[in-house]
Amino acid sequence: MLLSVEELTVEAGGRRPILREVSLTVGRGEIVGLVGESGSGKSTIARSVLRLLPQRARVSGRVLVEGDDVLAMGPEALRGLRSSTVSMIYQDPRSSLNPVRRIGDFLTERMVHTLGRPKAQARATALELLAAVGMRDPEARLRQYPHELSGGMLQRVVVAAALAAGPSLLLADEATSALDVTTQAETLALLRRVQAERGLGMLFITHDLHLAAAFCDRVHVLYAGTIVESRPAKELFADPRHPYTQGLLACTPDLGDPRPIRPVPGRPPSLDDAFDGCPFAPRCPHATGRCESARPEPVTAGGGAAACHLLEP
Amino acid sequence: MARKLAGLAVTLLAASFVIFGASYAAPGDPVTFLAGGKENLTPEYLAAVRAQYHLDDPFLVQYGRWLGGAVSGDLGRSLQYNDQVADLLAARLPSTLALVGCTAVLFTVLGVGLGVLAAVRGGRVDAAVVAGTTLATSVPPFVVATALISLFGVRLGWFPVMGGGSLWHLTLPAVTLAVGALAVVSRVTRQSMIEQRELDHVTVARASGLSERLIVVRHVLRGALGPIVTMCGLVTAGMLAGTVIVEAAFGLNGVGSLLVNAINTHDFPVTQAVLLLMVTAYILVTTLVELVQPLIDPRARRPA
Amino acid sequence: MTAVATLPPSTARPLGHHLATAFLAVVVLAALFAPLVAPYEPDAVDFAATLAPVSPEHLLGADQSGRDLLARVLYGARTSLVGPLLLLAIASVLGVALGTLAAWRRGWVDAVVGRVTDVMYAFPGLLFVVLVVAVFGNGMTTAVVALGLAYAPTIAKYTRSVAVAECGKPYIDAYRVQGMGGLAICVRHLVPNMARPIVGYLVVLFGEGLMSLATLSFLGFGAQPPSSDWGLMVKEGQPAVVQGAFLPVLVPGAAIALVVVSFNVLGVRFADRLGVRGS
Repeated sequence: MLLSVEELTVEAGGRRPILREVSLTVGRGEIVGLVGESGSGKSTIARSVLRLLPQRARVSGRVLVEGDDVLAMGPEALRGLRSSTVSMIYQDPRSSLNPVRRIGDFLTERMVHTLGRPKAQARATALELLAAVGMRDPEARLRQYPHELSGGMLQRVVVAAALAAGPSLLLADEATSALDVTTQAETLALLRRVQAERGLGMLFITHDLHLAAAFCDRVHVLYAGTIVESRPAKELFADPRHPYTQGLLACTPDLGDPRPIRPVPGRPPSLDDAFDGCPFAPRCPHATGRCESARPEPVTAGGGAAACHLLEP
Repeated sequence: MARKLAGLAVTLLAASFVIFGASYAAPGDPVTFLAGGKENLTPEYLAAVRAQYHLDDPFLVQYGRWLGGAVSGDLGRSLQYNDQVADLLAARLPSTLALVGCTAVLFTVLGVGLGVLAAVRGGRVDAAVVAGTTLATSVPPFVVATALISLFGVRLGWFPVMGGGSLWHLTLPAVTLAVGALAVVSRVTRQSMIEQRELDHVTVARASGLSERLIVVRHVLRGALGPIVTMCGLVTAGMLAGTVIVEAAFGLNGVGSLLVNAINTHDFPVTQAVLLLMVTAYILVTTLVELVQPLIDPRARRPA
Repeated sequence: MTAVATLPPSTARPLGHHLATAFLAVVVLAALFAPLVAPYEPDAVDFAATLAPVSPEHLLGADQSGRDLLARVLYGARTSLVGPLLLLAIASVLGVALGTLAAWRRGWVDAVVGRVTDVMYAFPGLLFVVLVVAVFGNGMTTAVVALGLAYAPTIAKYTRSVAVAECGKPYIDAYRVQGMGGLAICVRHLVPNMARPIVGYLVVLFGEGLMSLATLSFLGFGAQPPSSDWGLMVKEGQPAVVQGAFLPVLVPGAAIALVVVSFNVLGVRFADRLGVRGS
């Protein structure tokens, strides 16, 4: 398995952990979606894979990339992992690039400064990558500064940089959320293409369940730091089992769908909301007394698993 | 650009007007004031002064003549030394410029270094740097000067106490001037680095496996460069005025001590010339600092 | 996004704060009661005690003329503290008036005040004061007035920024609707409401004012002999340094440094409490 997160728990001072016993896997050539509201801990999972956690965070569990535990490796191995095995694509391409450095610097930095490749070779690779992500006139782009490019073009640059070291795992953290709809579609198509061409594993993080269901092979739904449902994308979309997933699907209007829009009641939990039972219980329309007191364990459901007392036999 | 240069010209004109017009603000007849000491007041002498300053012309004509002279390098004649003011300045300027140069190197290297150290290390190092530099700004330069002279000049005998000429002579004065500047520069460096460090692209660089040292140099410090360069430039520009105090304290024969002597001997042409020189240099350097910004931050460049 | 680790706000060290308060209290008391505490007259010349070291007769030694340094430094506290107080008074009256006027009238008045401020800022450091001294002659009065003029633009600029924000508040309009005149609103309501941030700012400026005034005295432009102003004492003590006697310089020098340091320690906290912005 390319990425295997096992029982990952991250605490950083709140009344509840940011992540609680999260387990998930990403295989080669597979796109795995991770869906949740803001504050659900989805970015923390991506950051754990690169060990970019806050200094004071207490972490337990394992994060295995190609069999090595990221949380336990030495500094040299960690830099190797960050530079060549795993690449991350961020939400806002404009803030991902240093505004005072040229695009060329951004693309070749990793190759020259961490992988020690000669500058000329890195430059040639950068040109190839820019062409591969569909940028016209790559020579001129290398000399430009980030503020001279549009958001969509910058996200292409970020994707190109992510591919620079030939990684096997891509982490896309809300990679298309800050783009407008047409560039969003272009970027998704690009990600899908490079993923398929190179056989990459991808962890696709988004708050948009519809997008995840359409783009990914499997989807994990995250709520208050725990995975509440893990299913193949199509089945999840067609037949959500966990009340939270159902709620998420019901909040978006659909053309020709006569169902009324029903927002999930209440507010997303903060780090100061601690739960004895199911974290979704306060907002769940079907909650019973047991939901308040006992934490549900994942049970097999529709080709995957969901953690809900209602699904227990 | 053109706007900036026009603003520069207006400020320079206004400042020169203030410097020239100040002699008319003095109580009594300007001729008595310009003639300096009271014992010189023979009618012939007063007539000579009147002629030198063209005091019978209208005020604006006098100003124009003075300014025209100043631009072409004719700053009048010193009443005290009976010498061309321009020659006096030319003789004194190298020593002052050397002092300012040494100081600038000193506080830039140390100030930026301390700021980086405080920002990167944090914790106790940070607290120590902040406390130390705050303390350093609270001590007036002339007190620092006398303390350094007492300790290193007299007690330890490592440096010459008075006079100038060599780098050796300039060490203590330069250190004195740098001490005050150190705090400002290190504080700006530290603050600017801390702001830059929080930016997303620094995390992105870290996620790409770049070493911490390279992250600091290529991203954090590089991003913080704008405010640092501005502050170093402004402090250097203000330093010209600071030399007045330090040259007086160390008995250096520079432009600053020339100004102090000129005031104490009522040598107004020299006073005017030195003030004009210092103000001009200050305004020029501050404008230069602004013009340099686009080189540091490409976003400040106008689209071609 | 993940919560990024934030450092706790730096804890103020109460020890330094208490020390500074105590030291300043002692200095103020010394200035008030100098005639009662000082062992000698500040200008009592005694050539037998020239450059005397620390001894029971002269607790802090004596200068070249054998004047007791403790007595001089105690009396010197008077001019050294009153001077900055006066210059800040001049500067704040002018600055607050100009700043309020600029914020109230806006338009060309604002532009003129801004231009004047810019021209003053074109003179780096103490050069404007030096020009005034060059024209009007040396002396404490000239130095204090000149520094007051030099500080006025800074205070005007600050007052203007505070006043512009304050003028946007509804109560100003309310008074206007009631038919109250502009001057009355400014004097009776606007300025008193800005008092807190302005006083906080003045506290921050006090240390700087003291330093500037002492510097002028050191250059010979401010206090004149036989005053025992601290800056002047340092100037007068300088020749003795070469002879190996450090006390005439170090005693007043340390006094200036300690007072300024204490003031800055207190000023920062004080300014925080009074809500001074961007100082």
